[in-house]
Amino acid sequence: MNYFPDEVLEHVFDFVASHRDRNAVSLVCRLWHRVERLSRQRVFVGNCYALSPQILIARFPGLKSLTLKGKPHFADFNLVPHDWGGYVQPWIEALSNSRIGLEELRLKRMVVSDESLELLSRSFANFKSLVLVSCEGFTTVGLAAIAANCRFLRELDLQENEIDDHSGHWLSCFPDSCTSLISLNFACLKGEINLAALERLVARSPNLRSLRLNRAVPLETLQNILMRAPQLVDLGTGSYVHDPDSETYNKLKHTILKCKSIRNLSGFLEVAPRCLPAIYPICLNLTSLNLSYAAGIHGSELVKLIRHCAKLQRLWILDCIGDKGLEVVASTCKELQELRVFPSDPFGVGHAAVTENGLVAISVGCPKLHSLLYFCQQMTNAALIAVAKNCPNFIRFRLCILDPTKPDPVTMQPLDNGFGAIVQSCKRLRRLSLSGLLTDWVFLYIGMYAEQLEMLSVAFAGDSDKGMLYVLNGCKKLRKLEIRDSPFGNKALLTDVGKYETMRSLWMSSCEVTLGGCKTLAKEMPRLNVEIINEHDQMEIGSDEQRVEKMYLYRTLVGPRKDAPEFVWTL
Amino acid sequence: MEIGSEKEKMGFEETELRLGLPGNGGSEGEVARKRGFSETKATTMDLKLKLSSKDAGMDLNEKAKTLKKEKNLLTADTAKHHAKAQVVGWPPVRSFRKNMLAVQKGSSEESDMNKASGNIAAFVKVSMDGAPYLRKVDLKTYQSYKELSVALGKMFSSFTIGMKDFMNESKLMDVLNSSDYVPTYEDKVGDWMLVGDVPWEMFVDSCNRLRIMKGKEAIGLAPRAMGKCMRNRS
Repeated sequence: MNYFPDEVLEHVFDFVASHRDRNAVSLVCRLWHRVERLSRQRVFVGNCYALSPQILIARFPGLKSLTLKGKPHFADFNLVPHDWGGYVQPWIEALSNSRIGLEELRLKRMVVSDESLELLSRSFANFKSLVLVSCEGFTTVGLAAIAANCRFLRELDLQENEIDDHSGHWLSCFPDSCTSLISLNFACLKGEINLAALERLVARSPNLRSLRLNRAVPLETLQNILMRAPQLVDLGTGSYVHDPDSETYNKLKHTILKCKSIRNLSGFLEVAPRCLPAIYPICLNLTSLNLSYAAGIHGSELVKLIRHCAKLQRLWILDCIGDKGLEVVASTCKELQELRVFPSDPFGVGHAAVTENGLVAISVGCPKLHSLLYFCQQMTNAALIAVAKNCPNFIRFRLCILDPTKPDPVTMQPLDNGFGAIVQSCKRLRRLSLSGLLTDWVFLYIGMYAEQLEMLSVAFAGDSDKGMLYVLNGCKKLRKLEIRDSPFGNKALLTDVGKYETMRSLWMSSCEVTLGGCKTLAKEMPRLNVEIINEHDQMEIGSDEQRVEKMYLYRTLVGPRKDAPEFVWTL
Repeated sequence: MEIGSEKEKMGFEETELRLGLPGNGGSEGEVARKRGFSETKATTMDLKLKLSSKDAGMDLNEKAKTLKKEKNLLTADTAKHHAKAQVVGWPPVRSFRKNMLAVQKGSSEESDMNKASGNIAAFVKVSMDGAPYLRKVDLKTYQSYKELSVALGKMFSSFTIGMKDFMNESKLMDVLNSSDYVPTYEDKVGDWMLVGDVPWEMFVDSCNRLRIMKGKEAIGLAPRAMGKCMRNRS
């Protein structure tokens, strides 16, 4: 290959799409490294503090699409204090000062300000796509800037962000000349929307394929929108409430019949169940259904709806579907690949929602299942063993028993054997979340069998340092390990310090690790940032024997970060 | 060693490993010493598999309890593990989702409470078109539409409410055509109704939330309401 001109190499590399493969390509030799980096357009940065914007810009001058992730995963569950970090501003500033022609920005768990959005909207003439997931710090003012200034905007996708909603006028900021929208998702906005502006926007967006509305959009508007955009592939309804005897509802029923392309359906943030029959005709074609925010649809109506969805590949629902409802899913949705069952009452006192029986039924009926997130009241080893046998193709297996240290209720055993069966059977498992009563044994099994495991989430599990060490020693592909409330201490942390440079990050909170242990680690591994989150000023005296409440460490090229708040110490 | 049918399911026989649940008669100590941290390869392991069976259930029951006890001793905040009270960040549900469900639950709980018998409060949200925030009222604290209208008038005192005249049909159309506000409510099945058609107690039982609409927008609701009024009278 060294005798080919660069253009040929580049052409070959064009077929190498995944960022991991491209990273591998760039390690082959200097020539390949150079050709690869000059031709790379899409870059994924899993931890925004692992490198600096300057390094990114210097290496990839042809960058068009950037994905950045900020806060650690446990920030989703309020375990990370508010001002921890993850600001996108320095990235946007640096990119705007460079010659990079950014077209797409995808952010997850980052702090985004209106100022950042404004700068973004003004700096890149060809900017096309903004995707924000679980971000915060901005308001509809920032959205207005994006709408107004990004002349060729194709995608604005806001997923589960905390947005201060100041007014519905941002939609009116899309100029009349903007006709390029393909995807618009504002379901997470809490405020009112200018409905007329929305309808006009849809009317002048012939390429619109994906539209997810918020709660403020009533059924009348939905009807008008669907009339204008029967080509939609992905629809998220807003408020789905109306009088089923009304003319509007009648019109909706007829309009929906024309929407033959809809494959993804979501929303129903408010719902009048008697209006659901209107959507039955499109259920036949659905491959993805997200009713996880549809708290207004209960047991029997939910089941009735699902009976129409024979082609479903992805289903997100609330646990009020019950075990019986999951049996219906199992007998109807033979193509199911991904299932998420969320708790409808996270702090409720066990009015039994779903149990191991629902999961076993699914595993029997849906052998193609490869991704699972399952919140349940209880789980048994026998059930997990059966699931492991029925579904050997799991890539993601996340089980959350609502009572975090609950044993197998039939045998009163820990769930070690059940999870052991899962990791042993599912050879392609990449992500695993554990719960229930668990001893060091489960970690032994994970270390032995979970060869492809990249991410492990542990809570209230294990007996001793051995547990954590089994995992660190055995899981060669481990990239992210997050542990809370488990008895792992300095010995586990310090036995194999080199391991952490092969991983993206390690989170440990409410464990047995001490300040002294963390200091030792930081000293031995200068290319790691070992951050201690110290919310209660316990450490002012600085006793090395004191347990660290929260530790987050990650590999980095750029040393301690300069934007850490007072309560974060980088050792 | 009890080797039950579970062993076949596990398929451990090929690795010649036997899993032992910890702490059967003090063997845990021995096993711990034999195990080296670097010895994770199957062939070098020397463990005994003791599958859980109902016969051994008693011992293991004990062990499960001692495991729990040990955990209690380990960290200061293990009390959190076993209390039914909420543990921070558990269950691991995104705050966004939790908040959304709380809002939705709030509005459905109100309707549940309304369905329940007499003495429980009947708080419903009250929104007024154009007002920057919503209020809540407990319908049980009023005995009649008139009392409610006075209370709402005080709450949203900067706006006029046409409620005083709504019981009088001839004035109803005047009210609706003027810029006065008209009270409407969402009933249990999600339909929006004009306030005042049904007896007060029935209204309190069936009202989920109140919305004070601009008179002009309420016209769509009025004809049916008017029709009902007429039928009720005859």
